[in-house]
Amino acid sequence: MTAPAGATLARRLIACLDVRAGRVVKGVNFEGLRDAGDPAALAIRYDAEGIDELVLLDVTATEEDRLALAHTVAAVAARVFIPLAVGGGIRSVDDAARVIDAGADKVGINTAALGDPALISRIAGRFGSQAVVVAIDARRDGARFAVCSHAGRTPTARQAAEWAREAESRGAGEILLTSIDADGTLEGFDCPLTSAVSGAVGIPVIASGGAGCAAHFVEVFTRGRADAALAASIFHDGTCSVRAVKAELRACGLPVRL
Amino acid sequence: MIALVDYGAGNLASVRKALRACGADAVEPAEPANLERATAIVLPGVGHFAATASLDDEWRTAIRRRLHAGVPFLGICLGMQWLFEGSDEAPAAPGLGWLAGRVTRLPERTQDGERMKVPHAGWNVAHVTAVDAGATVPGLKDGEHFYFTHAYAAPVTGATAATTVYGVPFAAAVRSGNVCGVQFHPEKSGAAGLAVLRAFLGGLR
Repeated sequence: MTAPAGATLARRLIACLDVRAGRVVKGVNFEGLRDAGDPAALAIRYDAEGIDELVLLDVTATEEDRLALAHTVAAVAARVFIPLAVGGGIRSVDDAARVIDAGADKVGINTAALGDPALISRIAGRFGSQAVVVAIDARRDGARFAVCSHAGRTPTARQAAEWAREAESRGAGEILLTSIDADGTLEGFDCPLTSAVSGAVGIPVIASGGAGCAAHFVEVFTRGRADAALAASIFHDGTCSVRAVKAELRACGLPVRL
Repeated sequence: MIALVDYGAGNLASVRKALRACGADAVEPAEPANLERATAIVLPGVGHFAATASLDDEWRTAIRRRLHAGVPFLGICLGMQWLFEGSDEAPAAPGLGWLAGRVTRLPERTQDGERMKVPHAGWNVAHVTAVDAGATVPGLKDGEHFYFTHAYAAPVTGATAATTVYGVPFAAAVRSGNVCGVQFHPEKSGAAGLAVLRAFLGGLR
């Protein structure tokens, strides 16, 4: 065992499937959704390509669609045996229980946690910290990063790193950090944002928003100090395969699961 | 009958799904006496060690009796940690004490002072240390990645079948006769994980 401590923990690649009414959709800057396929079929494809984890993000508004989500979660969990996180619209321990019962390993909470931070502790108390991912949507505000709620539409008074630290202290197991400015632009992750948050907490940080090519992942794992990186459109569109990103990471000396 | 013990610690549904994908339908025993008919026992678990307190004296006695009888056992994550004497995560909840040693928190700094994030969450490599087939966890291939999510870990002892390094080396898998345990989640480790479950089930036939 000559490898230094921690050197073998793979940098994780996560594919995000924004789901509405049982279909995968993707927008730019949180707007303009378009159809990108069947969730279970995409999940199977990503698994075969070597994705390390999947996130299903429920972007629906109606109760009817919300019930469809449980079926989607179950369909994915029955076929793909890698970690599965589910977020969107989770406001209570019961909401969390519903998706976990359907087959999710983790739940992502965002707006509800901002309104009621104790929700983090309640879900962690019931399912363990490893099941709680606090999702933070942040927007640049001068030299600071303001946290926004309601899918990025509503600015709050909180700063990203400070909110991440509070979430950790309340029992969050991971932070999913999305740059609203970078999301959908394909121009790269917000490395200063990611680094600021990753350095502020002792739990893993998943960087999200802006991935456009393999080099962007290298950047966010080095300059951004991310533990995992999430992307949607470049994987869905086939612009860049999971395999190609991992090959690039490995070529740059970063540990990956191949 | 493959008994999947439900003590309210999380990943039961995932483990059941993965076992099913490997061709086995597990049954959840409603009470300890039902373990008498078990041809194998799987003890899952994820989350806080305190959850193992639900495995009361009756369960402990029933499980211990089956282990003595040579029934194949697989503990997953907390289910593996529970085989040890106890965990610093919940000092008031004793482990089964089937294996010597105590579960401790992973260090937040390496010896060189490098910061380590805890929990250890993600895919890491298992190094097989067992030297013969009777000491290894079947299906576990040296150098493969498995999915871990834990803040506490079991020490490397004579029962260790594979180690993983995160700040320090810890027991990624243990084996003592008919008793196996894995710190990682085979039900969430893709093909490498399903191979471990399949080999465990294969050993039963």
